[in-house]
Amino acid sequence: MTQDDLIIADPKMRAQGVNVFYGDKQAINDVSIDVGTDLVTAFIGPSGCGKSTFLRSLNRMNDTVASAKVTGRIELDGEDIYAPSMDVVQLRARVGMVFQKPNPFPKSIYDNVGYGPRIHGLAPSKADLDVIVERALVRAGLWDEVKDRLLESGTALSGGQQQRLCIARAIAVDPEVILMDEPCSALDPIATAKIEELIHELRGKYAIVIVTHNMQQAARVSQRTAFFHLGTLVEYGKTTDIFTNPKQERTKDYITGRYG
Amino acid sequence: MTFNAAALLLLIAGLALIGWIAGRQRSNLLAGRAGTKLHSRPQYHGWYVALWLFAPAALFLAVWSSVSPGLITNEVLASEAAESLPAFGFERGAILSDARSVAQGKQDAVRLPAAAPLVEPYAAAAHKYAWIGIAAMLALALAGGLYAFTRIKPDFRARTRVERIVMAVLLLASLVAILTTFGIVLSLLFESIRFFQLVSPMELLFGTNWAPQSGAPVDDTFGGIPLFWGTVLIGAIIAMIVAIPIGMMTAVYLTQYAAPVVRRWVKPILEILAGVPTVVYGYFAALTVAPALREFAVMLGIPNASTESALAAGIVMGVMIIPFVSSMADDSINAVPQAMRDGSLALGATPNETIRQVLIPAALPGVMGGILLAVSRAIGETMIVVMAAGLSANMTANPFASVTTVTAQIVKLLTGDQEFDSAKTLAAFALGLVLFIVTLLLNIAALRIVKKYREAYE
Repeated sequence: MTQDDLIIADPKMRAQGVNVFYGDKQAINDVSIDVGTDLVTAFIGPSGCGKSTFLRSLNRMNDTVASAKVTGRIELDGEDIYAPSMDVVQLRARVGMVFQKPNPFPKSIYDNVGYGPRIHGLAPSKADLDVIVERALVRAGLWDEVKDRLLESGTALSGGQQQRLCIARAIAVDPEVILMDEPCSALDPIATAKIEELIHELRGKYAIVIVTHNMQQAARVSQRTAFFHLGTLVEYGKTTDIFTNPKQERTKDYITGRYG
Repeated sequence: MTFNAAALLLLIAGLALIGWIAGRQRSNLLAGRAGTKLHSRPQYHGWYVALWLFAPAALFLAVWSSVSPGLITNEVLASEAAESLPAFGFERGAILSDARSVAQGKQDAVRLPAAAPLVEPYAAAAHKYAWIGIAAMLALALAGGLYAFTRIKPDFRARTRVERIVMAVLLLASLVAILTTFGIVLSLLFESIRFFQLVSPMELLFGTNWAPQSGAPVDDTFGGIPLFWGTVLIGAIIAMIVAIPIGMMTAVYLTQYAAPVVRRWVKPILEILAGVPTVVYGYFAALTVAPALREFAVMLGIPNASTESALAAGIVMGVMIIPFVSSMADDSINAVPQAMRDGSLALGATPNETIRQVLIPAALPGVMGGILLAVSRAIGETMIVVMAAGLSANMTANPFASVTTVTAQIVKLLTGDQEFDSAKTLAAFALGLVLFIVTLLLNIAALRIVKKYREAYE
């Protein structure tokens, strides 16, 4: 892989020589990648290639797995996120995450979105919180559908609405980066289209990294694409280049459906 | 010749074994002769014969064992020698049982002279019925065995039949517990109805004076409120104040913070604590906790401090319930999906915030169900309150005073020499019925909540 053709002028996050181990097993092998501000970056690759593992090391969610160990350097705005001085709570407030399966809390829609701002003390008064919740729901494209039933349980929404609620929940703490781990894999095509539309609208406000199995989706929503295979980063470049003119044989085989 | 049920059971078991071998042989033989394959493997034919031989005979044996003593006694009473017997009553029973013991060889000679002429008729009747029983049983066994034996053919579906019989046996086994419960409820109900003919249910449920006396029922002495209050104070208030916070904190520690090694040790130890006999908790409460609490209360200058206090019983009962609450809470917290925890942590919540604001609220229905079950156990608990809470029916909110509970009063009403049909004794059954209904309702509510909660995450 060559760095020359990558136009990441202003990296938001930068990974250098990252390895991730689960016990003795190495899941990620020497991955270096820059994630651009204002860009949507897609991680693609076959199941078990380590793309989700790598994503979870970007906000240190791997810390919750006792056997996981991360080596190498990952920076957010030039700051090492694995340094002892880094507060993981603040890191996760700056690098939000949306999971594969919608996981709203068994609370009201309002409280789901208000949860993050409350614990971080972003809303001194109820009126402030109202504003934050409304803005997050509007940005997530959910406001019109739920504005009359904010006090109903978040788990009562449809799958697609739940996932947009989770995105609103992540937006509400005003992060700089949003990590999405196969956010549409549990959704039907219509809900998927809405999420993709939402990603388009969010682009430019946040750095977005999305892991996906769906290559058309990567092609539709992202500007940069990274192809992972067997724990290594095979190729990284502009999405149009990766899909129309891949440099590596393995990338070509994957996107033409030869394996994976 | 006496009728020995155990020996006869062995006999028909032996016959069944022979039937098994014969059935197996015959099926092989028939298949060989016809040159076809058996539908069922030979041992199923064996089992089919054995079951037909054994089951009807064993059933008859069980019925006959319970019916024949009555038949024998009737026969003896019908004899000439019985005409001189006294009329119904204790003496008549004693003479009959004396004669029976001699006739069965349990005793060398009669103790009551009046029994002597009855020994001979007794022995004769016993002999006769034993032979009738044995003959009938053997006839049944052979008939059953022969019936099954003649049905054996290569295409006979012995396996299906045997499996159906096995299923019926399993069904019967599961019915035993249910029918027993049903029987217990009925007996409680009948005795309670007898009580309520003497004392009105309103009196028991809403009366405030509890001072049952032997002899004729006295008005206003069967008021259950002081007992219910004592039960609630100890089992639902004090015990839960101890058990809920400690049990919850234990569960949170074990599920969220404890290293796997700690969890591996602490969980089994907690489970052992749940297996300590309640009588041991009882004397711990009575001999250690209660005196200490009394001294403490006297030091504080609290009046009416007793060595038997609601507090001592309640605290120890709470300790007893801790493993129960912690294990239910542990299960509920573990049942909250990992995705919930991840979602909260990914928003930058600390583990502590995640537990308090996401995990515990999500686990709450399950925990509530567990607490209701714990309450139902606590109010039905007997030994600790008998030993430590006292027997005086006080209506007091002072936890250092002595109170009494429904279970403690049931024990008091039924122990010692009691006439079995006085209102005082019957009151125990009525109290038992009330307790049964309350715990039943609590259990139903708890199971419903827990079930609904499980569905929410599946």
